[in-house]
Amino acid sequence: MGQHTHKLEIFRGLIKFKSNVQKIWGVLIFLSIVTAIEVALGIVKPEILMSSFLSLKLINWIFLILTIVKAYYITWDFMHMRDETFGLQASVVISLIFLIAYLAFILLVEGNYIYDVFFEGFVSWNF
Amino acid sequence: MSSTISSAEVQNDWDGGGKPLKASYGKLMMWFFIVSDALTFSGFLVSYGFARFKHIDSWPIADEVFTHFPFLHGVDAPMYYVALMTFILIFSSVTMVLAVDAGHNNNKNRVAFYMLLTIVGGAVFVGSQAWEWANFIRGEYGALETKGGQIIQFVDSNNSNKRIALKDFAEFIPQERQQHQRSNGLWFRDESSLPNFTLDEVYQGFLANSNLLVRSQKLDDSGKKIILSREESIEKVSQAVYVVEGANLIRNEYGNRLFADFFFFITGFHGFHVFSGVVINIIIFLNVLIGTYEKRGHYEMVEKVGLYWHFVDLVWVFVFTFFYLV
Repeated sequence: MGQHTHKLEIFRGLIKFKSNVQKIWGVLIFLSIVTAIEVALGIVKPEILMSSFLSLKLINWIFLILTIVKAYYITWDFMHMRDETFGLQASVVISLIFLIAYLAFILLVEGNYIYDVFFEGFVSWNF
Repeated sequence: MSSTISSAEVQNDWDGGGKPLKASYGKLMMWFFIVSDALTFSGFLVSYGFARFKHIDSWPIADEVFTHFPFLHGVDAPMYYVALMTFILIFSSVTMVLAVDAGHNNNKNRVAFYMLLTIVGGAVFVGSQAWEWANFIRGEYGALETKGGQIIQFVDSNNSNKRIALKDFAEFIPQERQQHQRSNGLWFRDESSLPNFTLDEVYQGFLANSNLLVRSQKLDDSGKKIILSREESIEKVSQAVYVVEGANLIRNEYGNRLFADFFFFITGFHGFHVFSGVVINIIIFLNVLIGTYEKRGHYEMVEKVGLYWHFVDLVWVFVFTFFYLV
């Protein structure tokens, strides 16, 4: 294996690290902050975030987005996806996003439908 | 292995010897595996979502289930322990990526040192998960199950409707009830271990303490469990058919049966991945020590197990969100 060049800037160039090791620690700090925010929100559960937005609570949207942010930095910086070709990045990410979003969509809609059947139907499971 | 062709870069990828997508064969195959494994995990998590949407108004609240922290008995500490586990796993990911980086610099001692730290981190995580499972299986309060498979839990109205354990109010009624084992009955029939209390003991204890109320599985609009009135409670308790303590694959004291099943399958499947990751890491660690990769001239193998290890961390990030936070 010859030279190993790493792209050293994160946040679209806002922060540029001097070495790969420094970048790793920087990403760790960032991931820890995100996890801390998630845990704090999970424990406090502020009333203001309990309202529903697109049939999901606001707080759950925040959790979902923060999780994807964490997943992005783990893949891009720890798994060195940032240094791979666009072809490899796209084949991994686009296939997964498409398949998982599709699977989640059909199964969650179906689950919601079965809930409605239980809720409105004559058959009760609560006896 | 790229050792034979690394010097002369072949221009045409299809002639052989070149690297499609500029990634080596081993790394590409690891990415194939990761994508397919990610789909397996998303299958699990999405079916968890399916079950949850199906029972959206009666699903257990994770904060109330996972409240234990080592050395803090009786302290209500939701989430802290899983947060710590998450941090341990992210940190072992960092030591792994540091090992990969040291491998790029062909620094054998540093690779070995960081691999060792990664193995320790992984082992601590698996141990934490075992502890979490032990608490989950043992249970804390105990509950009753109705004929329809609903779990009813007990709260103390004198103590601001806090949960109360069966052992704190059940009456002791002397009786003889033996566990049916293969040795003392039909040789092909047995039953699981008996709960600490019989239905009658719980029922009499409930009648004797007028401050007790039943907490049903249903959630109200603000996402809190509905607490029944005393009359409704007595009626519910009289309909119960089972005493449930802790959790197994059939029933659990926390609520919906599927909840425990998904807990065991998803965290178990993930824990199995961590365990195999630790085993693979140990093999690579030993190979580093005996100098296999130093002779080979590159530490790509460390990079490949690194990819797997980060993937396991990545999956945990999602399990953490969907099982404990959402």
